[in-house]
Amino acid sequence: MKNMLKIVFLGLAVLAMFRPCYAERIVIEGSTTVLPIAQAAAEEFMNNESDANITVRGGGSGVGIASFIDGTCDIADSSRAIKDTEVDKAVTNGRDPKAHVVAMDGIAIVVNSSNPVSALTKKQIKGIYTGAISNWSQLGGPNQKIVVISRDTSSGTFEAFATLALDGAKVRPDALLQASNQAVVSTVARTPGAIGYAGLGFITEGSKAVTVDGVMPTKETVLLGKYAFSRPLFMYTNGSPAGVLKKFIDFVKSPEGQKIAEEQGFVGLK
Amino acid sequence: MIFLRFKEKVYKWVFTVLAFASLAFLVGIIIVLFREGLPIFRKVSLLSFLFGRQWYPTYNPPDFGILPLILASIWVTLGALFICVPLGVGSALYLNELASFRQRSILKPVIEILASIPSIVYGFFGMAILAPYLQNLLHIPVGLCAFSASLILGIMATPTVCSIAEDALSYVPRAFREASFAVGANRWQTLTKVVIPAAGSGISTAIILGMSRAIGETMTVLMVAGGAAVIPHSFFEPVRPMTAAIAAEMGEAPVGGDHYNALFAIALVLFMITFIFNIVAEIISRRFRIKLGLSG
Repeated sequence: MKNMLKIVFLGLAVLAMFRPCYAERIVIEGSTTVLPIAQAAAEEFMNNESDANITVRGGGSGVGIASFIDGTCDIADSSRAIKDTEVDKAVTNGRDPKAHVVAMDGIAIVVNSSNPVSALTKKQIKGIYTGAISNWSQLGGPNQKIVVISRDTSSGTFEAFATLALDGAKVRPDALLQASNQAVVSTVARTPGAIGYAGLGFITEGSKAVTVDGVMPTKETVLLGKYAFSRPLFMYTNGSPAGVLKKFIDFVKSPEGQKIAEEQGFVGLK
Repeated sequence: MIFLRFKEKVYKWVFTVLAFASLAFLVGIIIVLFREGLPIFRKVSLLSFLFGRQWYPTYNPPDFGILPLILASIWVTLGALFICVPLGVGSALYLNELASFRQRSILKPVIEILASIPSIVYGFFGMAILAPYLQNLLHIPVGLCAFSASLILGIMATPTVCSIAEDALSYVPRAFREASFAVGANRWQTLTKVVIPAAGSGISTAIILGMSRAIGETMTVLMVAGGAAVIPHSFFEPVRPMTAAIAAEMGEAPVGGDHYNALFAIALVLFMITFIFNIVAEIISRRFRIKLGLSG
C-alpha cells in the first residue's frame, strides 16, 4: 500500500515536471466534419510550438458555436455559417464571432461504378432523396430499384446535404443511414442500385461520382464555387485572434495547414 | 493477534464494498436513464413517443416517434430466435444426450468460443461477406437488411442459449431417465416425454436470455441492419433497431437537447424490455429448480 502511494506521488511529480506551466491553453470545439482538420493541425502545431496546449473536441457545429457563445471554447469549428440568432446571442454575451474559412468541402453524389447513369440534376437528386423517384429507369438507367443511402441525421455532412440538395425537405424514411463517409462509399461500392453522398476525398474503387447539373465535383469546381454541393468550413474566433491563437489560425491557413486539410480529404484554399 | 483480527475486518469490508458496487452501478445507471430520458416527455407525450411512426430527430420541427425502432428491434430479435433456438437447443440436446465424452470435450469449448468473438467482428463479417453474398443469392436490392442482421444475431445468441439449455438438461436427475428406461421407453421417448418436459422451463429461460442478448446487441445491428427508420414489412428491408439509433446518433446529439433526451428515453425503453426478460427468466428458472427438487 505504501509503495503504491509512493509510485502515485512519483508519477504525479514527474507529470508536474514535464507539464509546461507557461503553456497557453486553446480549446477547440464543434463540427465533426472539421474535426479531422483541427485535430491533425493541432498535433502538427504542438510539435512545432511546445508552449501550446490545444484541446480538440467534436460535438457538432451547433454545440461548438453554443460553447463559443458561452465562452467555454476559444475556437468554434463549424461546417455552416453562424446563424443570425447565434450572432445576436454572442453579441449579448460580449463575444464577437469572426469567421475564418479553413478549407472547402465538396459533397460528391456517388453511385456504383457499374451504374450507366453518370449525370444527374439537382432536381433529380432531390427527387431520389425525398421519394419521388425510386427506379433507375426513371433516370435513363436499368430497371432497378434505387437504394438510397444517407448519413445519420445528426451528422454535419447530412446537415449540409439537406440544406444544399434538399432545401430542408425530409429524406425518405426507408433510406439506409450509415455512420460515416467511408461506410456510405463502401456500401455504394457493394450495392449495384445504390446512391449515396460523401466528402470528395472518400470516393474509392467500386463507386464513382456523378456530375450535378453537368458539373463534376473536383478541387477546381469546388474552389470556384461552380459545383452545387460545395461549402466552406469555418473556424470562429472571438474578434481578431492574438498570440498563440493567431499563430494557430495562421498555421491552419498556411500552405502547410492546407496540405493537412487536403490529406484529410478536403479541398485546400490554394 | 489483534493485527490479524483487524486484517480480517478490513478484508471483510473490502469485499462487502466490492459486492455492493454492482448494486451501486445499477442504481446509478437507472437514475441517470430516468433523469436524462424523462425530460423528453415534456415535449412529446408518452403515447406519441412510443407509437409515433416518424423518427426525424434533427428536423425543425423534429419528430420523435420510435415505433419503427421498437418494431425493428423486435423484428430482428424474432428472426434471431428462428436461428438460435434450433441451433442452441439442438446442440444442447446433442451435447447432453448423444455426444460421447470426447465429442463433448471438444464441442462445448468450441461453442463457448463463439460467445467470445467480439461483436464488431460479427458485424464486420456480416457487412463485408454475408450481406453482399445474400444480395447476389436472393436478388434483393441491398444485403444490409433485417434478414442479415437476424442471421448474425442468431449465431451470436446461440452459445448463450446452448450453454444455459445444456445446464438445464444436466440438472434433470438421473433417476428420471432411469425410471423411464425401466418402464421400457426407448431413448427418443425418454428424451421427448421425460427429459425435455422436465427441463422445459430451464430451456425457456435459455431462450429468453438469448432474446435479451439479441435485442441488446448494438454493434452488429448498427453495421448490418441497414439503418432505415421504417416500420418493417419484410425481412429483406433495411431496419433501424433501437440500439443502432442510440449508437449512431448519441455522439452528435447536443448534450441536454431534446434529441439527447429522446435517445436516453429509447435507452430507458430498451432497459425496461431487457429487465422484464431477465425477471421472467429468473422466475421461470427458480420454479424449475424447485420442481426438480434443487435448492431455489
